Order: sequence, then structure tokens, then C-alpha cells
Amino acid sequence: MSAVQADARADGREAGAPARPRVAVFKLSSCDGCQLQLLDAEEALLELAGAVDIVLFREARGRSEPGPYDLAIVEGSISTPRQLEEIKEIRASARFLIAVGACALSGGIQALRNAVEYGDTVARVYPTPAYVRALATSTPVSDHVRVDLELPGCPVDRGQLLGALAALLGGHLPRRSTAPVCAECKRRGYVCVVVARGEPCLGPVTNTGCGAICPGMGRGCYGCFGPSQPPNVAALVRRFEELGDAPERARDRFRLITSSAPAFRDGLAASAGEPGRTEVTP
Amino acid sequence: MRFLDREGLGSLLARLVAEGYELIGPTVRDGTIVLDRIEAVDDLPAGVGEVEGPGTYRLVRRDDRRVFGFAHGPDAGKRFLFPSSEVLGTIGRRNGHLTAPPAEAGAEGRRAFVGLRPCDLHAIEVQDRVFRGGPEPDAAYAARRDGAFVIGVNCTAPGGTCFCDSMGTGPVCTVGFDVALTELDHGFLATAGTARGGDLLEEAGSREATPGEAAEGHRLLANARVHMGRSLDTSDLPGLLYRNRRHPRWADVAERCLACGNCTSVCPTCFCHDVVDDVDLAGETATRVREWASCFSVEFSHTAGMEVRTSREARYRQWLTHKFASWIDQFGTSGCVGCGRCITWCPVGIDVTEEVAAIRADDGAVALEVGA
Repeated sequence: MSAVQADARADGREAGAPARPRVAVFKLSSCDGCQLQLLDAEEALLELAGAVDIVLFREARGRSEPGPYDLAIVEGSISTPRQLEEIKEIRASARFLIAVGACALSGGIQALRNAVEYGDTVARVYPTPAYVRALATSTPVSDHVRVDLELPGCPVDRGQLLGALAALLGGHLPRRSTAPVCAECKRRGYVCVVVARGEPCLGPVTNTGCGAICPGMGRGCYGCFGPSQPPNVAALVRRFEELGDAPERARDRFRLITSSAPAFRDGLAASAGEPGRTEVTP
Repeated sequence: MRFLDREGLGSLLARLVAEGYELIGPTVRDGTIVLDRIEAVDDLPAGVGEVEGPGTYRLVRRDDRRVFGFAHGPDAGKRFLFPSSEVLGTIGRRNGHLTAPPAEAGAEGRRAFVGLRPCDLHAIEVQDRVFRGGPEPDAAYAARRDGAFVIGVNCTAPGGTCFCDSMGTGPVCTVGFDVALTELDHGFLATAGTARGGDLLEEAGSREATPGEAAEGHRLLANARVHMGRSLDTSDLPGLLYRNRRHPRWADVAERCLACGNCTSVCPTCFCHDVVDDVDLAGETATRVREWASCFSVEFSHTAGMEVRTSREARYRQWLTHKFASWIDQFGTSGCVGCGRCITWCPVGIDVTEEVAAIRADDGAVALEVGA
């Protein structure tokens, strides 16, 4: 029995017709970019629509059907009090839950606020902070509910998302490589920007799956797919400094799209404790 | 020994193209000399040199117009003979029946490699043992190999990370070439490695080299031998590495290593790969693909539900010990050809020759415990 094959339950479908998995696409705090990877999938979207019933996808259709769902695809982080409830409702309504994208996996770029004083930041950004109903932190879905599969990226890679859906429909576990971007860069024959140009690049510590887009365009990876296998953050920080980064600049490169990913956050903390390091205070 | 001028090399390449070969040779892209498809002799990097060091590679302008005045970029023959991603087969499901069209071996057509280095030629021999040396030869690899024409080029400008002289693989082509060249100021000394290579040299208008030209070639190659950027003491390397499994240097290098696997990607002999299946959304077609993988990835050691080499220390030690020691047990040859690419293309500049030397300097610092 496949993970997302539909329950044989009476849900109003034509008697005798094979039950198709009911799929719902949700969005929390995020930019919609991950959902767009589905919506933009052109022919593959038609293929998907032929294989499953997409019963909730607010960006794509006006009518939404209530749960239960065989599969929930969740984009976005938990960033408001309402979302604390919403994610629990989504989890309760779904047999299989896939979290997609940097926001859902590590809190996203909005998790930059996790490292600063929340009240000050709101006051600085909004003219009437009292209107803002937000949590002091932006956190990943997995901090709140059980997640069955995580797909990284900003946005998530369409091929990886469709591949995961195809695998689940076929009844096997999706492949999810934890190798770094360098593996993909070299397979594609891209020239290393660190070695050939002295350009800082997070590829060696960032999870593969994007197709090495940035190095392929001659610029360094900025880590939007989040940490790869346990990364050696300290060694790469040292390399960035050798290439000319000031110490805080070298560390800030890890604090962007996936700043709250534990492997980056903790790796930076450990690297700060290295003997002989000088910390620059802002 | 024959002599071929630049024009002669041009006609040799044109001849190969006319016979249906795709030319693969060095050419400049993205600030690097890469191996790629070329059309003619004019695509070769005339007057371009390079400076290679640990973790750094830069092109420089030479004060001559030599077309092979550099050591090598990141690529060797591997990228073409053992592609980074290769479809092994597809299975379709139509009306309840499974169909598996046979794979087309060697569908890419014949390739002529222009300017492979002695280290690269040795690397191909090493990979031959892996892919076609056993009882189950890889048919697609064998077809690509058998279809290849190889023009090797002796090294007169070894790079800053080269140590082929230590590994006994260079700087002179000794195996695996149809034609081998040594570049002089006004043309090339040429040697045929096969009858086919000899015929082509004749047809391209080569002549007997003068004693002066031959002597100049000898001088350049002798000079190359003493200008290797690196060297490695290879005496009893297997014994050294096997008895120093607990050497503190492994932890030291693991602290610097990113485990990014770039060394294995650019290594012309590293052959490890993964085999993955992709199924389409309709569940009608499954495609099996072989792609380069690296022993530096945690996932690579996933066995029976767990990873067996979780630390970078264990993975670095595995790679280096395989390369210099257990490779010999496995294939009867060293896995290292001394090209130095793993040093140049390591983003943090880890140098295998330095790591081995550090272990040797403190040989037996930590004795292997009895029974371990």
C-alpha cells in the first residue's frame, strides 16, 4: 500500500472508480515561490492532476475541499499565533505531510529575526506595531508537528518535488540526497568559483538538489537549500577569511535564507569558540 | 621520431573530423582550461598558461604561442569515458506489460582525444581495470574506449601541484596513445603508439625529426622532471597507511576537510557511483541512471539501514588509504597517477602529498592496537 494511495472510504466519488489520492497544498509564512513551482509545472501539472485529486490549492483554484487528505504539501514557516493552530489542524487532516522549501524546513529568511530582539525590530519596521500579530520567532514545521518528508530549497526544486510525488504514488520512498552542491557542480562540468576565481561559495556545505544554478552562472552558492550532511562550517569560514572576507562577513554568509538551520547556527557558534579567533562586535 | 608542424597538427585533426570523430580537447572556458568539444586546431589554448596551487587555479598569458603550454584543467578523459550521469536502461509499462528496450552501447559515436597528459593516459588504464578488467565488463564503457583515438601530449610545463614523476606516470607518455607529441617552439615531435597513429602522422605530412629537434625534446622533458610542483615518497605506501590507521593526522585533516568530494570528482581514476531510479508521475516509465558519487558523502556509506563512515576523519582516511594502498590490493595498481588535481581543486587546498608526508614523518606515532 502506497504512502499516499487513497483510503477506500466513501467520499462522494463515483462508485467503482479507482480512489485517487486527495492532495492539499498549504501555505504558511512564505512568498508562494514553492507553490509556484507546482503551478508553473505546465505539462507535469496536468500529469499530476491526472494522477491525484488536488482538492485544496488556494493559489490555483477557488474551491477548497475539507480534509481528510492523503497528502498535504506545506510551504512556509510558523510565524504567527494563528499558524501554531493551523499547522496542527493540517497535520491532523493529512496522512502524509511534506514540508517544502527553506521556510518550512528552517524558518526561512524571516527567521533572521530569531537572532535579534523581536519588539525592537517590529517597532523599527512597522509604523503601528500594535497591529502586528506575530510570534517572536519564525520556526520550521517540524518544530511543531511530525513531518514525513522534507524537501529543501528557496524555492523547492520542481524536479525534486515532482520526483518525490511520483515516488510516493509508486509506493516507494523518495530519494533525498544529502550530498553537497559540489557534487552536482562537478557532474555538470561547472568550473569551481572558489578555486578559479577566489569567490566565496557555500556549495561545499549546502545540500544538493538545485542543479548548482548559481555556480553555473559564475557566482557563489548562497546556501538556499540549507546545510548538507553535517557540514564543516568552521573550515569554510576560515577559507572565506583567507579569500578576503572580514570575520563577520564570512560568518554572515551563513545567515541568510537558512540562518536558523541548526547545522549552520551551531556550526557558527562552535567556530566562534575556536582559539585564536577575534570576534568583531557591531 | 617524427616532426609535425602546427599546420600538420591541423590537418591531422581535420582528418579525424572527416573520419567522423568528435574532437575533445583543451579549450578556455570560464577562466579555466577545460576539456570540451573542439572543432579544429584553432580552438586550442594558444599562448595560455596556468598557475596551479593548493585550492587555486589561474590562467596566465604565455610569451609564446604554444597550444599545450600548461599542465591540465579539472577534466581528464574520465568525464567522457565514464560520464557523470548515464542512463543504464528504461523500463516501460504499457497495457499491463513491461517493456525494456535494450540500451544503445556506444551511441555517442567515436571520439578523438587531443592533448591528454601522461597522467591522464595512465588514469584511463586504471579505469580500464575497474570497468572492463573483471568478469562482467561494462559494455558501454568498453564501446567508448574502443572507439577512442588518443593524442597524448608530453608535459613540458608541469603544474604547481603535479607529482607524476613520483608516481612513475609522467611526464612522458608511455601507455595508451595512438600518437604522442612533445611541443617545441615551431611544432611538435611526434611518436606513433599504434599503426593507425603512424599512418595518420604520415598522411598529415610529418617528416623525420632532426637530431637538434630530438635533443630539444629530451631537454624539455628532463627539465619538466625537475620542475614538478610536488613530490611524494612512495616507498611502502600501503604498509605506511595500514599501520597508521590511528595516526593523529587523520583528525587534523578532518578538521580542515569540507567533505565536499571535489577531490573525488576531479580525480581521473575515482570511479565510485550511485545508481538511482526515476519513475514518472504516471507510473509508466522507470529510468535507471548511474551518476558520479563520492566516498566523502555520508550517504555513500549507507549500508543496511545506517551509515558506517559518519566522521569526516573516517571518510578522508578511507579515500586516501584506498587511493594509495587498498587500490593496489584490489586492482594491482595504485589509484593515484600524481596529476595533483585533488590538490588544486580542493576548495580549502588540502594537499595529499603533505598529508602522506606528515604521516610518514611521525610513522607509528600511535601504534595499531593488537587485534584491531
